[in-house]
Amino acid sequence: MGASTSPSSVNGPVAEAERITKRYGETVALDGAHITIMPGETHALVGRNGAGKSTLVSILTGLQEPDEGEVRFAGRPAPRLSERDAWRERVACVYQKSTIIPELTVAENLYLNRHDHNGLRLVSWKSMWRKAAELLEAWAVDVDVRLPAKELGVEQRQFVEIARALSFGARFIILDEPTAQLDGAAIARLFDRMRAMREQGVTFLFISHHLQEIYEICDTVTVFRDARHILTAPVMELPRGDLVAAMTGEAAGLQERKARPSVPPDADVILDARGLTDGDLYTAVDLRVRAGEIVGLAGLGGSGKTELAETIAGLRAPREGTVEVAGRRPRAGSVPDSLAAGVGLVPRDRHHQGLIPLMSIADNTTMTVPERLGTAGLVSSRRRDDLAREMITNLAIKTPGPELPVNGLSGGNQQKVVMARALASDPRLLVLITPTAGVDVRSKEFLLAKVEEIAGKGTGVVIASDELDDLRLCDRVLVMFHGRVTTELAAGWHDHEMVAAMEGVELDA
Amino acid sequence: MPETTAAPTETGRPAPKGSGRSPAGLRLARLRDFALVPAIIAIAIVGQIVHPIFLQADNLINILQTMSEISLLVLAQALVLIVGKMDLSLESTFGLAPGVAAWLTVAVGTGSGLGLLSGFWAIPITLAVGVLVGVVNALFIVRFGLNGFIVTLGMLIVLRGLLTGISGGQTFFNLPESMTYLGSAMWLGVPASIWICLLLFAVGVLVMGFTGFGRSLYAIGGNVDAAKAAGIRTDRVLWITLITASVLAAIGGLLLTGRLASVAAAQGDGAIFTVFAAAVIGGVSLNGGKGTVFGAFTGILLLYMIQNVLTLAGVPAQWIEALNGAIILTALALSRLTGGKTQE
Repeated sequence: MGASTSPSSVNGPVAEAERITKRYGETVALDGAHITIMPGETHALVGRNGAGKSTLVSILTGLQEPDEGEVRFAGRPAPRLSERDAWRERVACVYQKSTIIPELTVAENLYLNRHDHNGLRLVSWKSMWRKAAELLEAWAVDVDVRLPAKELGVEQRQFVEIARALSFGARFIILDEPTAQLDGAAIARLFDRMRAMREQGVTFLFISHHLQEIYEICDTVTVFRDARHILTAPVMELPRGDLVAAMTGEAAGLQERKARPSVPPDADVILDARGLTDGDLYTAVDLRVRAGEIVGLAGLGGSGKTELAETIAGLRAPREGTVEVAGRRPRAGSVPDSLAAGVGLVPRDRHHQGLIPLMSIADNTTMTVPERLGTAGLVSSRRRDDLAREMITNLAIKTPGPELPVNGLSGGNQQKVVMARALASDPRLLVLITPTAGVDVRSKEFLLAKVEEIAGKGTGVVIASDELDDLRLCDRVLVMFHGRVTTELAAGWHDHEMVAAMEGVELDA
Repeated sequence: MPETTAAPTETGRPAPKGSGRSPAGLRLARLRDFALVPAIIAIAIVGQIVHPIFLQADNLINILQTMSEISLLVLAQALVLIVGKMDLSLESTFGLAPGVAAWLTVAVGTGSGLGLLSGFWAIPITLAVGVLVGVVNALFIVRFGLNGFIVTLGMLIVLRGLLTGISGGQTFFNLPESMTYLGSAMWLGVPASIWICLLLFAVGVLVMGFTGFGRSLYAIGGNVDAAKAAGIRTDRVLWITLITASVLAAIGGLLLTGRLASVAAAQGDGAIFTVFAAAVIGGVSLNGGKGTVFGAFTGILLLYMIQNVLTLAGVPAQWIEALNGAIILTALALSRLTGGKTQE
């Protein structure tokens, strides 16, 4: 194993950061924080949004210098910031934001700025392709190196980034929320890969919002809160409740969910979708949602749940089938029509479809209800701000006021703005697509409680998600697999049932 | 174009290890470079039908020579676009660089010439003006981080105004021989400007496809943070690219000056629109990181072939401009259809 030659064969820590303090103007991003990562372990770093995780990552990877404190790799002080190559030999990071250049081939992304040259000092493409293919093969990444990188899926892209990191000689890799954009099966494959690499002596620092994953893959966990180090403990010795308490600073663990009142069978049918079909995306789906009912659409990426939810919300038109909302039949594929029929939507990706980052909270939240902002198409800024303030209170959005641009908010609060926008029109039917993606634990609980509250007032809710916590509050869950509804589970299902259904596995067959 | 050049040798051999999928996307990427070749062949056939002179050597040389000067602007713009910037001022540099050289070398008495320097200095001055314009552009765009579109729009106006100022709105005549040589000489029976144009494009293909420097332009245009993270000195590459582009524009201007044996105050005026159109039709993305030098060449070639066909077909000169615009739009629509993606 290559581990014997790498610096990690020393028994000391692979990387350690001590008394790190970093300020950005008034804000203290890290306050005397520390972390120690031992060779061969998979170390989790958790904390709510704003706890200082990202800052620590940029300090550990040499993108920023701490104001105070010291970083050491294998016992030796970290190189200076300008020595990029020295940093790259010690630590590598797969950032949330891709550092792959989409138009270039996989091979060129791997060997960017260190191309192989032939006798004429020209780039030798063939030897680069060969080296790239060998590198990917060595780490069992099955990707054609001559493909443009933009054709890779998120999962393959991550593997390529990991392989690139390893090719610099680093055996300590930071993964910054690698699972955020992956579906269940892809996450399982990522974890398999991580385990295999750990066998080969690779050390990981793993950042995730999903505590489930921490328990599945990590050995040690470090919790940051409000720019400080709170605790470091072996994962196995730390019960979930304690971990959440450490993250939130409150004694309460994950709340036990109260049983929801059952929906009367004679409640109005809010959504009546029949025979929805769009090629292979989804086929012959019937879905009825009554007032006050919460229905889940579960499934992995590619199961068609997202497309189906978008069809219901009017974002796309089905090839066949009809959608009826509260007795009206909005024109297929027309968002304005669906809005008028009473549909509120929390779209899949808040950065992509949910928010206009430079516009204020007030503008963003009231975008769906121009008619309530004034007469004859004019916008009264007073009315808009009043409305926005109401929603800020209603959704407990942490902001100095409605005029703040939404890109100044944390992830959780941004998602609340998206939710506020969906609720602004007092929808009869609320469609939520992965509503808690990339949101911290507290905001997640708040958002889900809000959904229940809204359903309690007689709104029908559809949640399309593969996040078990999102699905748990549903009265029933339709599980989709390759475009078809394969299973229906009533509330009270077990995790393994749901996961098996999403993966298309028969449990007791 | 690295993929295309190595393609023939690869066929028939086993794919490199680690290739899991059939490289259908790869073939498409290779073909993208040649997307305009069928269109060029089609126009050649139409041209031949319209007028039997079209495919004769004289006419082809005529097409190449008319486009040789502006094609250097296209080459320059392609580099700047690939690195993720824009340079509108190229068309003014195209006029100003030879304009300054003429101003300083043309004898007193003819137009507004100063006659300060001997004809020997004309070419060095032209190139120096190119470098200087590039430095100023880079200073604003790279050093001060200003928006390239607005900076070069300002430069376009300033440089055009400078040329009008030094020439008094007149045309420079009686240029020294050194200035007219390259634009008018014949090498091996073909105008020197065609050789120069082809040579510079060949160098462009080589640099962009086969040098670390050229690849870093793609990296910067594709994702500047990733390029930085890979250790590319992005600012330096931007400086070099912007200066190279201005120098290419100056050379283009010199060639036109030589062909016409004069520098008009409006030399290059309005050319930037054709330049952008040719680059985009040739597959260069306005968003950076995408496109090839060869593609840009086919873009400008296609536009000039169509113009030539129209002239041979006897379309009145007054209508050529409107048709030009229509051709650009049609070519864009076609490349959208063949490329299949929304134009960026």
